[in-house]
Amino acid sequence: MNDLIQHLINGLAAGTIYALVALGYTMVYGVLKLINFAHGDVMMVGVYMGYATAGHLGREHQSTFLGATLVFLLSMAGCGLLGFLIERLAYRPLRDKSRLTSLITAIGISFTLSYGFQLDIGFLPGASPRAFPEIIKPHEWIVIGDHDVIIWNWQVISFLIAILLMLGLQILVFRTRFGRAMRAVSFDHRIAALMGIPVDRVIAFTFMLGSALAAGAGILYAIKDTAVQPLMGLYVGLKAFVAAVIGGIGHVPGAVAGAILLGLTEEFVVGYAGDVLRGLGAVLHLDSLGVGFTGSSWRDAVAFGFLIIVLLVRPEGIFGRVTAEKV
Amino acid sequence: MSGAAVAQETGGVKVLGTRAPREPHLEIQGLRVSYGAIQALRGIDLTVGRAEVVALIGANGAGKTSTLRAVSGMLKPAGGKILLDGRDVTGLKAHQLVPRGMAHAPEGRGIFLNLTVEENLDLGAYRRRDTAEIAKDLEYCFHLFPRIKERRKQMAGTLSGGEQQMLAISRALMSRPKLLLLDEPSLGLAPQVTETIFRTLKEVNERGMSILLVEQNAHLALQLAHYGYVLETGEVVMAGPGRELLESPEVRKAYLGE
Repeated sequence: MNDLIQHLINGLAAGTIYALVALGYTMVYGVLKLINFAHGDVMMVGVYMGYATAGHLGREHQSTFLGATLVFLLSMAGCGLLGFLIERLAYRPLRDKSRLTSLITAIGISFTLSYGFQLDIGFLPGASPRAFPEIIKPHEWIVIGDHDVIIWNWQVISFLIAILLMLGLQILVFRTRFGRAMRAVSFDHRIAALMGIPVDRVIAFTFMLGSALAAGAGILYAIKDTAVQPLMGLYVGLKAFVAAVIGGIGHVPGAVAGAILLGLTEEFVVGYAGDVLRGLGAVLHLDSLGVGFTGSSWRDAVAFGFLIIVLLVRPEGIFGRVTAEKV
Repeated sequence: MSGAAVAQETGGVKVLGTRAPREPHLEIQGLRVSYGAIQALRGIDLTVGRAEVVALIGANGAGKTSTLRAVSGMLKPAGGKILLDGRDVTGLKAHQLVPRGMAHAPEGRGIFLNLTVEENLDLGAYRRRDTAEIAKDLEYCFHLFPRIKERRKQMAGTLSGGEQQMLAISRALMSRPKLLLLDEPSLGLAPQVTETIFRTLKEVNERGMSILLVEQNAHLALQLAHYGYVLETGEVVMAGPGRELLESPEVRKAYLGE
């Protein structure tokens, strides 16, 4: 029972972080019908910005409330700017070209960032992983029994920050004039322009917003994972992309639900898959089944297997609606 | 030449009758539009006077929709000039023309099906800040189309075709345009609904709105219009007051099926 609670907590914490990244994918897809494969790498850049900010603040200040807030805000702002530049310089000139062109460009930007950051010149950090500074000093916030269930302070803080950012986004998209414009652009940007909506500005802002959310998520992820390295964006980005597709790409609450589902699934695979296999082995008299099996090595396989099943059974995603392709 | 209409040929355009003089609201000069190698408009001249209803009739592919799209900034003209209130607005983007008093209810209605009816109407007033006046215009739309009022909380995707057309026109009116561009408002509608819509157009025109109307139903369009142009393969071939075009044998033969 305690095990179950612990896995639930860990799964939720991971899921909310995926959710923040997934929201960026889903928002950009919503307005541009583009899978921005560079999104995870923008997140990675955000983590390095946070790393640098924390370094400048020094050990003494980085873990104060003010210092940690500054780390978050600066890297979110920096990534917002990066997202703006990527859209302006790379995607906008291609907007009227085929979608494949933009997709390939996105992959190009992704590689430029993730491999560019492995260089060891100038401000670029180099390939070796670094320890992310403890901007939130970890301590056990709630302990149940004899360390049977541990809830860390950073898990709670990260959960709250993620929920806060998601609520903010939900209000922006569904309760404001600008959000209405975003949804109009998402439906048909040419018609949106006829309403007087400055479509370019809406798209640029959506990119900035998605990138800023990714930076926030990246820092939360780095706090959990404690390490920073240039390829982290590819990995986390891919997971978040899976989450967005599972939930129904372009669908805001769907991305959150898909991400939490993915976080929980991964955590339960890590926690229980080995036991299940070994139990099955005992019943079937296959003693070797599940021996030496560790759930964590199967985590990614299950995550992507999940994606395949969703795509086979319900390609529009769990919450997505079937839409006829516009010609 | 039959009938009382006075006809003259000017540059390949057959002009019937005389046009009541009005201050020009929209002037199109030598407008050309191409899609790749295909020329959709080969240099057309057209004028809409203030508070005038001008109909653009012609077969499919004649360039009617392209004309509206070029005027409203949905596509960039390949050549020519567009003047609005005497000012050159050629090449301006669609969202820049809305604050200058232009509204375009496009082909296929262009309703945001993922939004509610009310949100669609609010977007029509996107560039306006005069809340009190917006509320008045909303009431006016509800007065014109009580059906829209009944359904205002519904998703627009649940509306019938006729209701969507009413919504499209209402939404265009919500920007309080001085010039309304309408693309096929009668397409696919039941006769009663079409009648309601054309009655509405007459009403808003009498309040001073200029209208450029593209319509398959030449009979309806020319009855409403003060003036009309006939478009054929990207060129204006005939122009004249609505009534005189209606009576001209060429129009009757080609567009009224007689």
